Amino acid sequence: MSPSAGLIEERTEARPNPRQEELAHAKGVSQRRRQAVTVGRGVAGVVTLAVLWEVAPRLELVDPYFLPPLHTVMEEWWSMATSGELLRHLKASLVRSGVGFLLAIAVAIPLGAAIAWYRPTRELLTPVLELFRNTAALAILPVFTLILGIGETSKISIVLYACFFPVLLSTITGVANVDPQLLRSAKVLGLSPITTFRKIVFPAAVPTIFTGIRISGAAAILVLIAAEMIGANAGLGFLISYSQFNFLIPKMYAAIITTSVLGLAVNYGLVALERRFSRWRAA
Amino acid sequence: MSSRIQLERVGQTFWVRGDDDKRLREFVALEGVDLDIRAGEFVTLVGPSGCGKSTVLDLIAGLAEPSAGTLAVDGTPITGPGLDRSVVFQQYTLLPWRTARANVELALEAKGGLTRRERAERAGAYLDLVGLTEFANRYPHELSGGMKQRVAIARSLSYEPEVLLMDEPFGALDAQTRERLQEELLAIWRRLGTTVVFITHDIDEAVFLGQRVAVMSARPGRIREIIRVDLDREAAGETDLRASRQFADYRHQVWSLLREQHARPTLTEVAREVHRVA
Repeated sequence: MSPSAGLIEERTEARPNPRQEELAHAKGVSQRRRQAVTVGRGVAGVVTLAVLWEVAPRLELVDPYFLPPLHTVMEEWWSMATSGELLRHLKASLVRSGVGFLLAIAVAIPLGAAIAWYRPTRELLTPVLELFRNTAALAILPVFTLILGIGETSKISIVLYACFFPVLLSTITGVANVDPQLLRSAKVLGLSPITTFRKIVFPAAVPTIFTGIRISGAAAILVLIAAEMIGANAGLGFLISYSQFNFLIPKMYAAIITTSVLGLAVNYGLVALERRFSRWRAA
Repeated sequence: MSSRIQLERVGQTFWVRGDDDKRLREFVALEGVDLDIRAGEFVTLVGPSGCGKSTVLDLIAGLAEPSAGTLAVDGTPITGPGLDRSVVFQQYTLLPWRTARANVELALEAKGGLTRRERAERAGAYLDLVGLTEFANRYPHELSGGMKQRVAIARSLSYEPEVLLMDEPFGALDAQTRERLQEELLAIWRRLGTTVVFITHDIDEAVFLGQRVAVMSARPGRIREIIRVDLDREAAGETDLRASRQFADYRHQVWSLLREQHARPTLTEVAREVHRVA
C-alpha cells in the first residue's frame, strides 16, 4: 500500500458485505481504524499547537507583547475564572444567545412546516424569505440598534434573526422532501392530515431540521460576539474588544479561548442531542 | 373476511406534456377495463411496463378516481381509501424510525379502538405470521429487503382488511427470497381467505400465485384476456411446481399473449433484416 493512496485505501478496504454481516450477526471492523490511535493523534495535534504558542513568543519569533506565551494567557484566564469576572460575561452571552436561539427554533419550525405544507403560504413567502435570507445579520444590526436600542432586546433579536433562517430553510426542506411513498401509505391507512404530519412527516423531517439547528447554534455565538463587540457593557464579545482597547492582551486571548470552547461545547451538545433523536438511522 | 371487487368500463386519462412538441395532451392510461373478482379470490395482473397495472391498483385502493366507469367493493362504489382494503407497495414503505413491531402498530393506531397492549400483542401475532418474531425490535435498516417486505405484509394484514392489494411487492427481491415469499404469501392467503389482487410483470410469479391471471395490454391499458390457472399449489413446498409440465403450459400461454402485443421486432428479426440488406 502506498501512502499516497490515503483515503482511497481507507474507503475501499476489503470487508464483509452486508449479507455476510447479517449471516454472521456481526459488523465488519477495520484493522487500521483503532480508536486509541485516532484519539492519540488528535491530542498530539492540540498539544503541538499549545507548545508552539508557548515557545514562539519565548524565542521571540513573534512579539511576546502582542502574543503572550500560553501560560500567561492561562494564568490570566484562571484569575478571571476565580474572580467571577469571566462567569459574569459568559452568563451575559449565554443568556442572549440562548434566548435568541430558542426563540428562533420556536418560531422557525412551525413556520417552516406551514410553508412546506401549504402551497399558498409557500408561494407567498418564498420570495420574501429569500430576500431576507440573503441579507447578512450583521448588515442589519444598525437597524436593530436604531429601532430596539442598544439593550438586550436588540442583541437577542439579532441572534434570533441569524438563527431563524437555517432552521426555517431546513424545516422547509425536511418537510417538503418527505418520501411520497410514505404519504401514500398514510393515505391508504386513512390517517388524517394532522396525524400524518405528527406521525410521519415531522419525524421524517427531524434529521434535516437538526442540520439547520446545528448551523444556528454556531451562528448564535458568532453573531452575538460580533454584536457585543460593537455595543455592549458585558458579554464575551465586549470583553474581547474592551481588553484590546485597553491593551490587556492576555485578557483578550483568555476571552477568545473562552468563546472557542463555548462554540465547541454548543456544537458537541447539539450533535449529541441529534444522535439521541436519530438513533434509528443506519450508522 | 373477503370482498368482491367489480370494475366496469373503467377508464383513466392523465394530462401530459409531450417530450418533443411540449404540447399538453391527454394520455389514456386505461380504457374499458372490466374485471370481476370473487370474494376470497387470488387474482394476478400481468402486463408490459406502462400498461396501467399500477393505475388499476390505485383505483381499487381509492388513491385515485377513475375518469370513466365504476369500481365497487361488495357493491359499494369506491370513493376513497378505506381500512377494508390495504396495499403493499414495491418500495418498502416502512417508517425508518420505528421498529418492525412499531411499524405494524402504526396500522393499528390508524384503525383505532385498541389499547396500547392490544396493539403490541396484535402486531406480535402478525409478525409471527410472517416469521419475524425474533426481529420485532429491529429497525428497518437492520432488516434485509425480504424481511422489510414481510413487515409491510404484516402491517397490511394486521388490521384485517377484506382485500389485499399488492403492487409488485417482490419486484426488488432476489430470486430465492422471492420464491420463498410467494409460497408464504399463498399459505397466508389460504389461512386468512382475504381477496388478493397482485400486480407483477413476472410471468412465472403471475402463474404461480394467481387462481386467475389477467393479462393486460398497453396503449391503451386494457385487459386482454383472463386465464384460469388450475395448479395444485399446496404441494409446492415439496415438489418443484415451477418445473412441471402444467406450469410450463400456463406460462407459455401468458407469454404468448404478452409477446403478440409486442409491435417492436425481436432481436432475431432485426438480425435477419440486417442480414438481408447486407
